Amino acid sequence: MKLKLIIWLIGFSCVFATGLHAQGLMDLLDETEEPVTEYTYATFKTTRIVSGQSIENPHSGVLLFVISHRFGRLNTGAYELWGLDQSTIRLGFEYGVNDRLALGLGRSSFEKTYDGSVKYKILRQSSGARVMPVTLSVFTGIYVNSLHWREPDRENYFSSRLSYAGQLLIARKFSNTLSLQLSPTMIHKNLVETERDPNDIYALGIGGRFRLSNRITFNAEYFHLFTRETARNFDSPILLGFDIETGGHVFQLHITNTQPFFERGFITETKSNLFEGDIYFGFNISRAFTIRKPKL
Amino acid sequence: MKYLKTLLLLSVLVMMYHDVVAQNYMTRNGMIRFYSEAPLENIEAVNRQVSSVINTETGEFVFRVVMRSFNFEKALMQEHFNENYIESHKYPNASFQGRITNIDEINFSVPGEYVAQVEGELTIRDVTRSISKTGTFIVNGEEILGKSTFDIAVADYNIRIPTAVVNNIAEVVEVTVEVPLKKMN
Repeated sequence: MKLKLIIWLIGFSCVFATGLHAQGLMDLLDETEEPVTEYTYATFKTTRIVSGQSIENPHSGVLLFVISHRFGRLNTGAYELWGLDQSTIRLGFEYGVNDRLALGLGRSSFEKTYDGSVKYKILRQSSGARVMPVTLSVFTGIYVNSLHWREPDRENYFSSRLSYAGQLLIARKFSNTLSLQLSPTMIHKNLVETERDPNDIYALGIGGRFRLSNRITFNAEYFHLFTRETARNFDSPILLGFDIETGGHVFQLHITNTQPFFERGFITETKSNLFEGDIYFGFNISRAFTIRKPKL
Repeated sequence: MKYLKTLLLLSVLVMMYHDVVAQNYMTRNGMIRFYSEAPLENIEAVNRQVSSVINTETGEFVFRVVMRSFNFEKALMQEHFNENYIESHKYPNASFQGRITNIDEINFSVPGEYVAQVEGELTIRDVTRSISKTGTFIVNGEEILGKSTFDIAVADYNIRIPTAVVNNIAEVVEVTVEVPLKKMN
């Protein structure tokens, strides 16, 4: 009995040893592996959560063409075809200079505004060899209102047309489903309508995305205004939307209580209340063009 | 009993000896390229951080591929590859574990080009399939260059191609492997 057992044992150990060999080579790979830093990708699907900037940039060497379209208020009735007659648009280009720096140019029909922007990723969320819990970007925008002067007879300065936005964007991709972002914002207007309107307005943006499927996400954004003492009692904007991705395009469908597309407009000049039916429906289409091909 | 103990000792010694002479060749910067040819577009991706070890004694052969390290011409494709198709957050690695079946016909100590039959198990997205492919080994002193080109059906690994992009992504992709293996000390 004992003899048989021992022979079996020897037999087994030989089979076991050879069987383990391939696994042994795999272990060898594991043992000699050096840890690498893995940067988080696709925190958001595009460069905007709904209308506000997200921490995403166009990829290095990629030109993004963004067509944004927003109709008038839904509660304007049949005469305006529930807002369809009063659409505003913005055409914009964004370019990824490298992995961190992006430049943008755009023109909105709202107040015939030209905008230029710079967005820079300071920190990138990562795991592995180097752990960074959040991605931190800084965004600055300049806006040029090109409407005819309201009072052309008096002396007007070009600087009066200008306003600026500065934002810190702090985002974390918690999981493949959930990403959240905080966006402390300051808007400066060189010229304001009345004495009661402040030149500097502070706001805090809170936004996020929730992934519904591989290609569809639900996005929401809210900007809390800390400076509300304005002549026209502007409201805080609420923006809700869906991102739908189809290959090279991303479609964003959204409802908001604000019509403009650029930061000064939608953060500080929202006139409508979502809960009173002042709903604007709109969509963005963004298309990516690879200008500079990476070396494979 | 006594001769049994000797047998046991001997077999252990044989196994140990086997481990001592076992000669491993390894790389951390092997290359895997895949190429998808479809009516609307051709897609190519290259990964230059493939790890591989071969035991020239037994012919055992393993690969590990970090899926995040595939580089595409279009950055958006790379994002979709990781997010939607491979789901790299769930399945970060692909691996191959197998052996050279005609190891007797290959002499790794003599420079030259050898045709190798390799069979084993390929795991992508936690789906394991037995495969059997042909490749070549170019032996040059302390270095062995392993090369192979073969086809993989994406459906075999539960990768679903949505109908909207059936004309953009091929059902069968061509995979090229090149591993410059170096003698381990």
